[in-house]
Amino acid sequence: MYKILDKSIIGADEMVLNMGPQHPSTHGVLRLKIVTDGEVVSHIEPIIGYLHRCFEKHCENLSYEQIAPFADRCDYLAAMHMGHAYAISVEKLLGIEELPSRVEYIRVILAEFQRISSHLIAIGVFGLDVGAITPFTWTLRDRERIIDLFEQVTGARLLYNYIWPGGLAHDLPPTFVNKALEFLDYFEPQIEEYNNLLTTNKIFIERSADVGVMPKDVAINYGVTGPSLRGSGMPFDLRKDEPYSIYSKFDFDVPIGEGLMGTVGDSWDRYYVKVLEMKESIKILRQALPQIPDGDVQSALPKKIRPKKGEIYSRYETARGDVGFYIRSGGKNTPTRLKMRSPAYCNLSVLNEISAGWMISDVITVLGSLDIVLGEIDR
Amino acid sequence: MSKELFVKKYSDKVEALDNGSFLVSYEDWKDMSKHINKIGFDYLMCITSYDLAVDEKLGLAYNFYSTDKKEYLEIRIEFHNSDKIFSVANIWRTANWHEREAYDMMGILFDGHPDMKRILLPEDWEGHPLRKDWKEPDFYNGMPVPKDKSYWE
Repeated sequence: MYKILDKSIIGADEMVLNMGPQHPSTHGVLRLKIVTDGEVVSHIEPIIGYLHRCFEKHCENLSYEQIAPFADRCDYLAAMHMGHAYAISVEKLLGIEELPSRVEYIRVILAEFQRISSHLIAIGVFGLDVGAITPFTWTLRDRERIIDLFEQVTGARLLYNYIWPGGLAHDLPPTFVNKALEFLDYFEPQIEEYNNLLTTNKIFIERSADVGVMPKDVAINYGVTGPSLRGSGMPFDLRKDEPYSIYSKFDFDVPIGEGLMGTVGDSWDRYYVKVLEMKESIKILRQALPQIPDGDVQSALPKKIRPKKGEIYSRYETARGDVGFYIRSGGKNTPTRLKMRSPAYCNLSVLNEISAGWMISDVITVLGSLDIVLGEIDR
Repeated sequence: MSKELFVKKYSDKVEALDNGSFLVSYEDWKDMSKHINKIGFDYLMCITSYDLAVDEKLGLAYNFYSTDKKEYLEIRIEFHNSDKIFSVANIWRTANWHEREAYDMMGILFDGHPDMKRILLPEDWEGHPLRKDWKEPDFYNGMPVPKDKSYWE
């Protein structure tokens, strides 16, 4: 809780402590090699790769259509975002500029629901990391309702393969809009409940405020994006700065960390930005749901995806930050090289910089506030 | 415009490509990277390594973004696989892990990287699997690699 600035008063021999790969607080199979001096951390080295599934190597042997479900599996907590990001990048490579507006509306609606569900996991698990168990069960209860909605639409609960390059797998069920609005009416007051239970909880604030402060310039230098960057007070959101799809039609704000409980860019700010973002997602959903236009969702699906020779880099704002696909096409139906720039990979690399000098229990707080998913770090 | 500042300074050393990116030589990269940082490209989004599969040549693509001016810049370097590329990990810290990945997957050598080792693959892995000439080994740590894939393909 207190950063030790002058280590000479408590200096002792350094010890290497291994945390993970099987540790409940590392959010998956992440191993941390922590060099400690007493209980003070002097250096952390994240060791990753335990979940490496050769995504990029597979892509070189699969056709563009076959990659779509693989892209979903990278970020298993926000699979809809990955599918959407991949679809946008292939459309850019093919030169498809306009899609039927029904497709765009459905994509944005599902992406915003996915953002809420991913943030619910993030804030629940963050509470769990610092010792609050009840919020986790509450957020999972509400996330379950979103997953039920997704199950209705796509037939799957976690990995959807619903957004295809050029369109969607199938249309929405007729009851979807009413059920979605019903959920929003139920969910909006719930955010206040989370705030009462966790956000303004004294113990929670003591554990997270002022811990792991990440200044803005450090965040940009390390390539940190998403809620973690906005928590440092930088209003950067691709949905606002470079609107893809139809985000320019909606009215929403980009919440940033303001240091309400401590310093700008501390763990509490990174947490609270996610709570505020859920409110913004509700705002977008309330605007989008009543005005879904009619149309055919498969009319723009390309018969065969065989892009011309060339390279593109496309970006997308997922729940964790800025995901990029760099695709080199050699004129065949498989890419010659596909590189995924995953947001959590860059967000994790800042861990040593912002948590050295803190205690071991604070490392867990910082790690929880960064909201990493090992599936997309290791790919 | 930051991009024009870059082109103006190195007009005789860069070659403009179709999609607005610039091909530069790896010997000039040390000077250029420092200049690119100075003119406002503070956010290095991605480093992509690729294999050209001709004359043992490899390539790197750097995608930059300026958070101030909302501008993009893509730099590409193509070189022989034994050349050592100047590491930008001390200018943009995010390059540290991206360059380790490029070494791990493609076997690109970097000059001046603070902590160069494999990142995603195990330390005892042999070879660089994203190279086009990479062949599956017969054994991994004494265990035979299954060649009959009819079970899952």
